Amino acid sequence: MATGDATPAPRIRVGVLALQGSFREHMTLLQKVPGVEVVEVRTKDELESVAGLIIPGGESTTMALVAERWGLIPELRSFAKAGKPVWGTCAGMIFLAEGAEGQKEGGQTLLGGLDITVSRNFFGAQINSFETRLPAPECVKSHGSTDDFRAVFIRAPAVLAAGPGVEVLAEYALTPEERAKHGRDKVIVGVRKGVLMATAFHPELTTDIRWHQAFVDMVRAHAGEAGGVPGKAPPPLYENLGRLPNRPPDMPIYGQEFLKREDL
Amino acid sequence: MASEKSSGTFAVKVGLAQMLKGGVIMDVTTAEEARIAEEAGAVAVMALERVPADIRRDGGVARMSDPTMIKAIKAAVTIPVMAKARIGHFVEAQILEALGVDYIDESEVLTPADEIHHINKHNFKVPFVCGCRDLGEALRRIAEGAAMIRTKGEAGTGNVVEAVRHCRAVMGAIRQLQTMDDDELYVYAKEIRAPVELVRQVKTLGRLPVVNFAAGGVATPADAALMMQLGMDGVFVGSGIFKSGDPASRARAIVQAVTHYNNPAVLAEVSSNLGEPMVGIDIREKGFNSYAQRSE
Repeated sequence: MATGDATPAPRIRVGVLALQGSFREHMTLLQKVPGVEVVEVRTKDELESVAGLIIPGGESTTMALVAERWGLIPELRSFAKAGKPVWGTCAGMIFLAEGAEGQKEGGQTLLGGLDITVSRNFFGAQINSFETRLPAPECVKSHGSTDDFRAVFIRAPAVLAAGPGVEVLAEYALTPEERAKHGRDKVIVGVRKGVLMATAFHPELTTDIRWHQAFVDMVRAHAGEAGGVPGKAPPPLYENLGRLPNRPPDMPIYGQEFLKREDL
Repeated sequence: MASEKSSGTFAVKVGLAQMLKGGVIMDVTTAEEARIAEEAGAVAVMALERVPADIRRDGGVARMSDPTMIKAIKAAVTIPVMAKARIGHFVEAQILEALGVDYIDESEVLTPADEIHHINKHNFKVPFVCGCRDLGEALRRIAEGAAMIRTKGEAGTGNVVEAVRHCRAVMGAIRQLQTMDDDELYVYAKEIRAPVELVRQVKTLGRLPVVNFAAGGVATPADAALMMQLGMDGVFVGSGIFKSGDPASRARAIVQAVTHYNNPAVLAEVSSNLGEPMVGIDIREKGFNSYAQRSE
């Protein structure tokens, strides 16, 4: 939401796919965006109730298998086809890609829809995981603050090739060693086309909510007449349990130093 | 120009554990088992030579696995591969880091190499997970640099009772801590033998400052859901899968149970027709050898 708006934006419901991974982190940042109601999505009913969906970081194979078991894959595919925005981070990027290299033996189920080919563990094992600062695209910069953003890459994928019409939102310039290994100078790590956005890094591990604001802008732009809140969110399933499950509080957001917290 | 990058930062170490939340990490001893685990939806595998139940049966000194086997498992799957080092054995940890494992478990399941000191985990770029029985032990491991914590439970027993005990000990202590006056934290820190700074952080956060998994005795989907409802972030399953009658089905069921831990109808469905569970050990049996008590 641009600053200085006279009327508050209408409420809009955004879901986070809560099968596995960093869904709580996404929810925390989404809740900081004005006018957004956040829902955990595990079932078809929950998916139907939201106007946009974030597929979080985690293990793409795990998410695919759990989603498949409950028949969620076709529902997820038709969600994006119906013009509802989806943003995938890391594992979510792999999920949205039309093609992926370095998949597990026998391949894995992808949702597809985004005309990119990704390399699953482009940067290698965890010791090659890293963080850096990258130049921010216009849709992120328009929400103010700095011209760059903190990008955290955890066993991250990268985009090897993007089809025509795919908007490049972020690129990472390789180090000399990486250049020697991959035979290229840079890779694409953030893309957007139509209702689909994908990032190889994890904005949900930082205090920068501008990527979430940019996604909410997309959801608002596509929400249309309904205003993005079709009916009520289904109630949580806790009623059947006789006790409330202990929900662990949110993880803090860390800087580079040991236990050095950053405030959201 | 190449981007300035920092690897091995605390955010990056904790970040991988955050990506594993809501998932199941499975013990595997061969590339074939690793493939079964990946196909079942494991978020990571723990490569080790013998599962804890076999270590208990065979006895002797349990050490870090042969690098050949770890490499074979790394080559077989795309999900993260963890491996165990003996408590205090920082050279085993150096070897595992050189092999490019994604996480090191400094584990009481292996025979400790140092009965007093743990590994100084700050010296490594690869992140570590360590076991605990209570809040003090968890915070001592974090002070040493652990970026992820798990309950110790009693590995290789198929008996969830100790994991529940350790989980409740940590969670209960955190709830108690949150009611304390700030002036009381110094003595409390002394009593639980943990740095006061960490105690203060836990009071503020209302949780451990790192991701916290259940481990040591989880054998069924219901066990896994129990640990999740108690407030854990995810589950390690060791002997419970490959010591059961039908590992693939059981592994799949436990993965589903950790996602849908709140949904008894789903739990009923996934608990059906799993074949024989692993034969458990009652830890009150005479001569029971506790692994959890091998370190503090």
